Amino acid sequence: MTTVEYFFIYFAVSMVFLSLLIITVKNPVHSILLMLVLFFHIAGLYLFLNAEFLAAVQVILYAGAILVLFLFVIMMLNLKEELVSHRFIGEWPVGVAIGLSISLFCIFAISHFQIKYEGNMTIEIIKTLTNTKALGKILYTEFLLPFEIASIILLIAIVGAIVLAKKEQS
Amino acid sequence: MIIVPPPFPNLTPFIPELIVLSVAMVLLLLEIWVKNRVFIAGICILTGFAVIYCLNMSIGITFNGMFINDIYSVLFKIIFMVCLILTVLISLNYIDREKPIRGEYYSLLLFATAGMMLMASAKDLMVLYLGLELMALSTYILAGIKTLNIKSNEAAIKYFMLGAFSSAFLLFGISMLYGLTATTDIYLIAERLKDTERSLPLILSMIMIVVAFSFKIAAAPFHMWSPDVYEGAPTSVTAFLSVGPKAAGFAVIGRVFYIAFEGIQPDWTTAFIIISVITMAIGNIVALAQTNIKRMLAYSSIAHAGYILIGIVTSTYESLQAVINYLMIYTFMNIGAFAIVILLDKGEEIQDYNGLSKHRPLVAAIMLLFMFSLVGIPPTAGFIAKFNLFVSAIHGGQIWLVVIAVIFSAVSAFYYLRVVMNMYMKDPLVEEHQIHLSPSLGFAIFITVVMVMVLGLFPSLII
Repeated sequence: MTTVEYFFIYFAVSMVFLSLLIITVKNPVHSILLMLVLFFHIAGLYLFLNAEFLAAVQVILYAGAILVLFLFVIMMLNLKEELVSHRFIGEWPVGVAIGLSISLFCIFAISHFQIKYEGNMTIEIIKTLTNTKALGKILYTEFLLPFEIASIILLIAIVGAIVLAKKEQS
Repeated sequence: MIIVPPPFPNLTPFIPELIVLSVAMVLLLLEIWVKNRVFIAGICILTGFAVIYCLNMSIGITFNGMFINDIYSVLFKIIFMVCLILTVLISLNYIDREKPIRGEYYSLLLFATAGMMLMASAKDLMVLYLGLELMALSTYILAGIKTLNIKSNEAAIKYFMLGAFSSAFLLFGISMLYGLTATTDIYLIAERLKDTERSLPLILSMIMIVVAFSFKIAAAPFHMWSPDVYEGAPTSVTAFLSVGPKAAGFAVIGRVFYIAFEGIQPDWTTAFIIISVITMAIGNIVALAQTNIKRMLAYSSIAHAGYILIGIVTSTYESLQAVINYLMIYTFMNIGAFAIVILLDKGEEIQDYNGLSKHRPLVAAIMLLFMFSLVGIPPTAGFIAKFNLFVSAIHGGQIWLVVIAVIFSAVSAFYYLRVVMNMYMKDPLVEEHQIHLSPSLGFAIFITVVMVMVLGLFPSLII
């Protein structure tokens, strides 16, 4: 095995363990902090794929912005109640069984994967252009319509938050 | 280095969506100053007509082949517009009755409609997914727009959680498809899958996408959200949800499975046959036990999704036409039935309809018409819809499926006609059935009644 593979195995294994810890630890604050570590690991994985832009966005947006929001939400919860309440509902073994069987099926299916076609953006092009530039180019030309729809979805999210959370005037 | 700006995309095929989206955004601002709801609703209805007017003029492909406006999507967009116009008409009075509903209601309806239009027109899976999310997010908010009502809150949360779950399935399916073909263009996927052998990842991605779309059309066993959401959401929103997103779901099923998965047709046909039979069984049998009319109509809409899936499974040109006709007629009769629920002051429980014919003979007669149409009794439009669909399925060789569907249609007569029996044969529980008739609601009921009758008597108008 090469060094890259060792690194990948480290990232993959620790991501799986971190995800498991996030949903099992009792204290929500610990959950969030573990999530922060997880997001850094994901960013590391993106770096291995030469996707430095995605890695930066992952750190800035997820680790920076979204986690802070999560923490704000947790500050409003009653932590003492959360600590004594059960983390899982009674039927969790069913969920685990279904999840495991689906993932086993997926792993089996993916091992039959054959790569036949290549996209327009080969690794050579991305290496010469740099990832950020390639992404920007494609986003504002070929993927212009999805990009604009995504902006409208964000608008709806803002409107929805206001509609659902605003107090009645009366 | 000289940067050449990319050519400006041709916006002509995108005009209908542009109209809807820009009106929706203008309304967001307008609602602050204009307190007159009739004016805002009027703008929404005009938008609907403007879009129908523009649709035929804007056929074409644009945005680097990501967006296509063809006859198929035009037909679906007409259904969406009819759904939008009727929903706005039945909402107008209802919104004032239910005080805590916010002014953003109409623009959210428009945004949801825009999402559905994008779904019907998507030539690329990215656009399809984003259109689906646009529609879904707006409908989550609409379901929970009665913020002080705990059932409405529950509806929104449930819809959101399960919707997010189904989106994950869709994305997983799309990512596997991308891995196999290195493209998200639906037509290019079809081309590339032609010389790829039938492999396990392909089947897996097909199953994932089947599951995701079954959530959207509320087909069993992925229907669990729909009774709770339909019950909890404001009734006008329920009317919208039971028609619009369902039609949009069928639009994308048609596009993705007929084109992208053409090569593995036997596999997805099998999947949809199983889902269709389970859906018809669960929808019709569980509906028998309902006491709330919104829940009953929810299960009935699940059952109707099962019937429509027969047309999808048959996959001939004739059956696709029958599916679109069915959805069109279903729009009129279902929104009509919900309009009657809105019309009555207390009309959510089935026993509220006891003896309605004694106090309000006309209302009872109209409800009777819609119930007959939903069962599929001639001379209503519901009969024509079902007849067409089943005949096309028989021509396509799905005789057993049609036999099952007809049996379950007979079962469905029980719960639809129970409402009729309550109205005509039972003694009223209340002194007086209060109704809230407004010009817009009356107009909506008038349109739906006329369409259900006219399409039933002169089916050649749309076929």
